[in-house]
Amino acid sequence: MQVLLLIGRRIAATVPVLIAVALIAFVLLRISSGDPVAQLAGDNATPEAIAAIRARLGLDQPMIIQFLQWGWRVLHGDLGTSIVSGTPVLRLIGQHTAPTIAVSLMTMLVSVVIGVPLGVYAAWRRGGIVDQLTSVMTTAGFAVPTFAVGYVWIYLLSMQAGLFPVQGYVPLSGGVGRFLWHLTLPVLTLSFVYIALIARVSRTSLLEVMSDDYVRTARAKGLPERTVIFRHALRNAAVPIVSIIGIGVALLIGGVVITESIFNLPGLGRLTVDSVMARDYPVIQAVIIVFGGVYVLINLLIDLSYAAFDPRISLS
Amino acid sequence: MTEPVLTIKGLVVGRRDDPSGDPIVRGLDLTIGAGEIACIVGESGSGKSVTSFSVMGLLPDALTPRAGSIRLLGEELLGTDPEKVRKLRGSRMAMIFQEPMTALNPVMTIRAQLAEVIEFHGETPMSRSALDALILATLEDMLVRDPKRVMNSYPHQLSGGQRQRVMIAMALLLSPSLLIADEPTTALDVTTQKQILGLIKSLVERRNIGVLFITHDFGVVADIADQVVVMQRGEVVESGPAAKVLQSPEKAYTRLLIDSVPKGHASTNVPSELAAPVLDVRDVQMVYGRRSLFGAATTTHALKGASFTLNQGEILGVVGESGSGKSTLARCVARLATPTAGQILLMGRDISTAGQEELRLQRRYIQFVFQDPYRSLNPRLPVGRSLIEGAVNFGVPAEVARDKVRALLELVGMDAYIFDRLPHEFSGGQRQRICIARALVSEPQILIADESVSALDVTVQAQVLKLFADLRARLGLAMLFITHDLRVAAELCDRIMVMRHGEIVETGPTAEIMQHPQHDYTRALFAAAPGQERLRALATV
Repeated sequence: MQVLLLIGRRIAATVPVLIAVALIAFVLLRISSGDPVAQLAGDNATPEAIAAIRARLGLDQPMIIQFLQWGWRVLHGDLGTSIVSGTPVLRLIGQHTAPTIAVSLMTMLVSVVIGVPLGVYAAWRRGGIVDQLTSVMTTAGFAVPTFAVGYVWIYLLSMQAGLFPVQGYVPLSGGVGRFLWHLTLPVLTLSFVYIALIARVSRTSLLEVMSDDYVRTARAKGLPERTVIFRHALRNAAVPIVSIIGIGVALLIGGVVITESIFNLPGLGRLTVDSVMARDYPVIQAVIIVFGGVYVLINLLIDLSYAAFDPRISLS
Repeated sequence: MTEPVLTIKGLVVGRRDDPSGDPIVRGLDLTIGAGEIACIVGESGSGKSVTSFSVMGLLPDALTPRAGSIRLLGEELLGTDPEKVRKLRGSRMAMIFQEPMTALNPVMTIRAQLAEVIEFHGETPMSRSALDALILATLEDMLVRDPKRVMNSYPHQLSGGQRQRVMIAMALLLSPSLLIADEPTTALDVTTQKQILGLIKSLVERRNIGVLFITHDFGVVADIADQVVVMQRGEVVESGPAAKVLQSPEKAYTRLLIDSVPKGHASTNVPSELAAPVLDVRDVQMVYGRRSLFGAATTTHALKGASFTLNQGEILGVVGESGSGKSTLARCVARLATPTAGQILLMGRDISTAGQEELRLQRRYIQFVFQDPYRSLNPRLPVGRSLIEGAVNFGVPAEVARDKVRALLELVGMDAYIFDRLPHEFSGGQRQRICIARALVSEPQILIADESVSALDVTVQAQVLKLFADLRARLGLAMLFITHDLRVAAELCDRIMVMRHGEIVETGPTAEIMQHPQHDYTRALFAAAPGQERLRALATV
C-alpha cells in the first residue's frame, strides 16, 4: 500500500518535469532554423499559399498560444497529426515502437548478462589476464563511437564473413529466428559501450565491498568463495551497478537513434531523425514526450529496485 | 589426557613478497584446552590479530605462515588443503570480530545469515522448522531478547550489543570447539561490554569450548582470562597463567601494560574556586528533525536541556555511552552545530545564535581535538602546513606562525624538525600530539577533546592524558574532556558530568562522583569497567 502511494506520488512529481521537457522542446524547435511550411509548400509556392498553410497549421499564432493549444490537445490524448504525411502521430509512434523496444531490451539484456559477470570475474581475479583484457576492452568501448563499432561489425561479420544481414528489420511475426538474426548486429553494436560501462562499474563496486567486514565474516563462516562473492559481496555492490544500468537505459535513447540509422531499422530513432529533417513539429514533440516519459519511468523503477536490494533504503 | 583444542607451536608469519624480511609474528607457542580462555594481549602492530587469522586460515594474501604448526583438535592446519580448512571454519572453529556494526551483512536478514552456516556445514539437510528452532534456541542461549523479532530483522535494526550476540550465536550454531574473539567488546559501551564478557565466560563453562581472545585491555584480561600471552612487535614477551602474569609480571612491558589501564584513581587536582568561568552553558537543547520530501517529520531529542559552567584551568569530564548526547553537546558548544534552544556564553558573550562571521572570530577561543588522529590530518599536507593554516587564516604572518608552531610541537613533545613531514610517517600517538598542537595554535581558552584518547593504545593513552594535564598546568587551559570511559575521565578530570539519553544525570567533583555516586546509572558505569576490582586489588598489594 505504502509502495503504491509512493509510486503515485513519484509519478505525480514527474508531471512538472514532463511539462518542462515539452516546453523546452517546443521552443527550441521553433527558434531553430528551418521552416516546415516552406518545405511543405515547395519551391514555387506563392507567399499567399505559404501564409495559408501556416494559418491552417496554426503556426501563425504566438508561440505561447500554440503551446497551450497543443498542451490542451495532448491532455485529451490527441498528439496531433504529422504535418508531412497527415498520419495521426499516435499511429506513427505505434508503428515505430516495436523495433526500438526490441533493440533496447536486447541490448540491455546482453550488456547485463555479459557485463556483470565480466566485472565480477575481473574483480575476483584482480590483476589477472581477464582483468587486464577487460580493462583494455572497456577503454576501447568508451573510446570508439557507436557508429564506428557498427561499421566494423558490418564489415567483419556481414560483408566478410556473411553471417548476418547488413541492415533491415523483420518483425517478430516474420519468425523468431529471422527477427533475432536481423537484430544481432544492431545489438552487438549498441551493447559494446554498455558492456564496457557495466563491467567497469561492477568490477569497481565489487572490489570496494570485498574488503568490507561482512565479507570477512562470510569467509570466517567457512562459505565457499563463490557464495561469498555472489551472495554477500555482489548484493551489497548492487546499488551502483543498478544505477549505471538505469543511466545506461537513458543514454540508450541517443544510441538507438544512431544505430537505427546505420542498420536502417524503422524504429523511433529513425522516426525522430526523419521528423527533424522535415521539421515535422507534432511528431518531434510527441516523440520527445514519449522518450521523457520512458526515462522518468525507468528512473522510478531503479529507485524502487534500490529498496529491493538494500533493506536500509526505505521507500518512505 | 584429552586432546587440547588448539595447539600453536613456533608460529612464524611473514610477508609473502619478502621471504627474508622481518616476520610479523615470530615464534608463538600457545595451547588452549577445552573450557579455557586464553588472551593474547598486545598493542597495535603486536601481531595478535595476525595470529588469529593464521589459525582461521584467513590471512591476507600478502602474508604467509613461514614456520611452525597450528593444530585444531590434533589436526594440523598449516599447509593443509585450503578447502579442508574452509570446511573447518564455521563448524569446528569460529570467529567473532571487533565491529559488530559492520561484521554482519547489511542486506541479509539475521535468519538468512545464520541459516547459511547450516546450509554449508550441516551434515543432513534440515527442514525449515527445525532450522528455525535451532536458530531460535541458539539466539536464546546468547540471551538475545525477543529472538523471534531479531531473527527476522536486518542488522541495522539491532543495537551493537544485540549484533554482537547474533555474531556469537552464528559462531556457536554448530557448537565448534574453538571460538576466536578478536577484540569483540572494544567497540561496545562499557555496560554492554560487561554483558558480552559475562556471556562468553558462561558459554565457556556451559559448552566447554576453548576461546582465543584477542585484546589490548588488561582490564578485560583480568576479568576473563585463564592464561595470557603478551605480545609486542610480533614477539611473545611473556606468557603464563593469568593470575600469575597479573600478580607478578616478569617483564617491564607487561607491567607497563597493566599499569596503563586507567584504574579510576581520582585526580587530586582541586580547581581554584576563584577561577573565572570561561564557558557558561544554559539549558542548551538540540532537536534533530528529519523531514523527507513527502513523509511526515521525525524528530530526535539529542539534548534535553544541558546547563553547566567551565572555569578557567578546569578539566570537566563529560562521560556517557553512545547516544548519550555528549558529542552533540560538544558540537553545540563549539558551534559546529546550532542548538535549537539555550544560551552558550563564551567569556560572557552568547554565541548560541552567532552568525558565520562572528563565529569565525570566536572559534579561535574554542578548539577541538578529535577521536581519530588517522583521519583528522590532511594526508597530503605536511603537518607543519596543516598547523599554520589556522593562524594564517587569522592574519598571522607565515614566518611568525612557523616559529610558533615549532614551539608548540616541542610543547606537545614532538621535535620541531618534523614540520615538513607527512602525517603517514607518524604513529597514532604522535599524530594525536600533532592534532593537539594544531588545536593550540590559535591560543584557545577552551580545548574540547572528543574521545581523543579512545583510539590509542593504552600505553600511548596514558602519555596523552599526561600531556593534557601538563598543558592545563602550563597554559591554564580549560578543557571539556569527552569520553565513554569513566576510568579515563577519573584520572584526568577535576569534575565529572555523567550524561544519559541527552540529559545530564549527575555532576560533581571527581572524587565525590567516584566515592559517592548518587545516580544508579553512574554506579552501573563504574561497575561495568572491566577488571576494576582485581586490578585495584593488585595495585594495593
